Amino acid sequence: MIGLWSVPLLFALPLALGILSLLVAPAWRARLIFIGLPLLVAASLDVLAGLATAGPQVYRLGDWIAPLGINLVVDGLAVGMILMTTLVASLSALYARVYLRDHPPASSFFWPLLWFLWAGMNGIWLAEDIFNLYVGLEVMGLAAVGMVALRATPQALAAAMRYLLAALLGSLAYLLGVALLYGAYGTLSMAGLQEAATNNATTQVALALIILGLLLKTALFPLHAWLPPAHGGALTPVSALLSALVIKGSFYILMRLWLVLGPEVTPELTAQLLGVLGAGAVFFGGWMAWRQHHLKQLVAYSTVAQIGYLFLFFPLVTNTSPEAARLAWDGTLMMLVAHALAKAALFLSAGNLILAVGSPQISHLVGISRFRPMSLFSFGLAGVSLMGLPPSGGFTAKWLLLHSAILSGQWWWLIVLFLGGLLSAAYIFKVFRMSFREGPQIDRSVTPPLTLDVVALVLAASAIVIGLFAHLPLHWLRMGSMLGMG
Amino acid sequence: MDWNGLILLGVLATSLVASGVIFLLAESRLVMRTVVNLAAAVLKLLLVGWIIWGVYQAVEYEFRFTIIEGVDFILRADALGIMFVGLSSLLWLFTTIYAIGYLEKAPNRSRFFGFFSLCVASTVGIALAGNLFTFLLFYELLTLSTYPLVVHRGTRESLRAGQVYLYFTLGGGALLLFGVVALHVLIGDTEFVPGGSLAVLDPSLHPMLIIIFLMMVIGLGVKAALFPLHAWLPMAMVAPAPVSALLHAVAVVKAGAFGIARVVYDVYGIEFSQSLGLLGPLAVAASITIIYGSLRALAQDDLKKRLAFSTVSQVSYIVLGISLFGPVGAVGGLMHLLHQGLMKITLFFCAGNYAETLGVHKISELDGAGERMPATSVAFTLGAFGMIGIPPMAGFISKWYLGIGALEAQMNWVLGVLIISSLLNAAYFLPILYRIWFRKRDRLWCEGKVLGRFETQGSLLIPTLATAAFALAAGVLAGMPFSPLYWADLIVSREYLQ
Repeated sequence: MIGLWSVPLLFALPLALGILSLLVAPAWRARLIFIGLPLLVAASLDVLAGLATAGPQVYRLGDWIAPLGINLVVDGLAVGMILMTTLVASLSALYARVYLRDHPPASSFFWPLLWFLWAGMNGIWLAEDIFNLYVGLEVMGLAAVGMVALRATPQALAAAMRYLLAALLGSLAYLLGVALLYGAYGTLSMAGLQEAATNNATTQVALALIILGLLLKTALFPLHAWLPPAHGGALTPVSALLSALVIKGSFYILMRLWLVLGPEVTPELTAQLLGVLGAGAVFFGGWMAWRQHHLKQLVAYSTVAQIGYLFLFFPLVTNTSPEAARLAWDGTLMMLVAHALAKAALFLSAGNLILAVGSPQISHLVGISRFRPMSLFSFGLAGVSLMGLPPSGGFTAKWLLLHSAILSGQWWWLIVLFLGGLLSAAYIFKVFRMSFREGPQIDRSVTPPLTLDVVALVLAASAIVIGLFAHLPLHWLRMGSMLGMG
Repeated sequence: MDWNGLILLGVLATSLVASGVIFLLAESRLVMRTVVNLAAAVLKLLLVGWIIWGVYQAVEYEFRFTIIEGVDFILRADALGIMFVGLSSLLWLFTTIYAIGYLEKAPNRSRFFGFFSLCVASTVGIALAGNLFTFLLFYELLTLSTYPLVVHRGTRESLRAGQVYLYFTLGGGALLLFGVVALHVLIGDTEFVPGGSLAVLDPSLHPMLIIIFLMMVIGLGVKAALFPLHAWLPMAMVAPAPVSALLHAVAVVKAGAFGIARVVYDVYGIEFSQSLGLLGPLAVAASITIIYGSLRALAQDDLKKRLAFSTVSQVSYIVLGISLFGPVGAVGGLMHLLHQGLMKITLFFCAGNYAETLGVHKISELDGAGERMPATSVAFTLGAFGMIGIPPMAGFISKWYLGIGALEAQMNWVLGVLIISSLLNAAYFLPILYRIWFRKRDRLWCEGKVLGRFETQGSLLIPTLATAAFALAAGVLAGMPFSPLYWADLIVSREYLQ
């Protein structure tokens, strides 16, 4: 049995801190991170150590046996997501502590929302049954909506409202699907469904509802319309958290369910359809990102595009050879993690650039490369990973996906990866082009606090480094995977 | 971990670390930046000298670690790779000195030298790459690190050039990636081994292999500026002179040509490439580029543009040499990798000297430049003679070997290409020399810079004369040990004896 204290702590601690931060004076809210972050980092590392020594486990909360108790699954995938969340959320929190100083007091509600968001996400990564996944999804979704509204401008409120509707509609559809499955098989646990589920009309309808709900929450094209205003308009650290982590939550559930239900239940046609929608996201998102004039809107549309790559997972694991499926698994997870790191870095460095020039317009970045090279450098490093150029996590992921697509004989996905890379290069270099133009000779731009630049740089650098040292992370992620890879 | 592996990492690290340090230095720290730049360049040269001696004595140098299952990051020094490393390290030192003088008082020097060092690191990585994956890694890094240098001036024209550069190189890079992944699916990690590793594959895969070869050569041909993929090169000439000199005359285009050499010799294997019928079309493509580049060069009045089209033409000599089936042609092509680098960098340095000192960019304004700047003009003349192929300059030796190689490979038409190209080279270089030496200037020079003791700043003149001397020595002393000819011979004997 691995670290008894660390597994429940991963969601109990953020919940407790969330409630605590509502009770203390606003000025003290930010300081709670000095208690919370070290503990959460320690707990995540402890879980990793447990995985590395004892292998994947099922953890029974309070030692009750399901269905009375709650089972938590601590396999490589869950631990990988936990570590990713800890890294990105901790750094975003450090960033937010400095960033929010110049914002109205109401923005101190960021802190309770952050803890609830964190609890919701860790709940999703660990939950073994589809109802607790729903609970996690709701907690995370509502906290995220609250965060978008923090800016309190009419646009932000409108974006938050849209987001809320999409999120509620999504969870509703998901919940209906869950209810149907429960009615049909009398179980909510993944392991139970794996054994019981057969291919019949109820399962298919439930699956369709669940997929639809999760797609809406993941903002897969063409259900993405809520994402750019919400992610692009939020406060910078919020944008980073939402784009890097939150949308991964619903994707993660879909990925797990897909593998649990297995090829008898998951139709190949649906898999191909999901891939096609992913391709649509890559093209449409990339094209729209290229057309944006606001820096953060560009980054937000880039998320729409990058989500598309993740959905190539489904056609690549459904009815393909074990080798191709393994590569798809590795590639998708590498893409997911690299995107989390790179996108957080991209949003944070975009925020720094906006702070420096005092305007969200890309055209106002003229000449910034001379005065704020560090912010731009982080933006560039993160961009390298998003474009899928070596050496970076994005490249390693692309390599694995290409490999998988060729092995499974689905050459058409190659075109998506090819054009998608070029499109992302187009929008990333659009920013560079502007910043390299010779502008004013005198430095009038503001210098962002050093912490902000350092946090962005650390995230961007880790997106690069993970590509070079992908061997071990991928090995961990594969532990206990449902693709039967040991 | 053995020391021989770490020394390779050291060669790479010298410029990587220098790049990082320079990025962090404030713009005003001129002395510190110069010290870092030169120290890194000298240190790298010493390390490379050490390795060259080791490779000569057949010592194995290898460094590897696993990136993902089935894909290794491999650095390895073999005779072909170390030749390219030697060339780039030597020229890096000279170009750094030149660039320090050239960019004196210009803005954004920190950024410039940071990316400059990163480019050299990428070039060295390309040269030392031990498998296709590692090669690809550095090949793309080279694209990324050269972009900021192309757009360095930040003018509309340079941004446009940067954009075109990206269209070509990113597109090419993506094609190359496909080829590499496809090969990986077929045979796993594609390490570079003399004689190649594909001949064992089932004949039913041969059409597939031809398509992969095509994709890779197109991907590499973009950087090697093979016609019709060359359009970025003349446009990129808006970059500052040291960039044109080192990167566009040496590092980037050579990376492409070197990559083709790797694919033909160490992935497919020369005999297998021949049996697939890939070498003939490659020779034709190279020949077309040779003639086309020369014809376009004739029409340019801008000195750097003329040199750029001349590069388009000359780099294809290397590709031509590779595609001639037989050891002599191969020696000619590989040797030209070094010869062309030395000669072309001299010519670009001279063009930079004329521009900086006299404010002259056009060939029609060069009348009487020889009187005003004799040393630069002598260097230019040596470079031009080499390009034309006048004995005993280095270029003559390359062309001689290429010609013999063509006859041996029973491709007599190549001889015609060589003769026509030499005539064209003469036709676009001799008029420049005529203007420099035999025409008189009709008005006063508008002097661009305050001069030192020499005809121009020492930091501009000394590298120019040094590379010109190397280009001359490479031809005159071709028979000596460690000359380009000698080393190319060594490579080919190791390739063909497999």
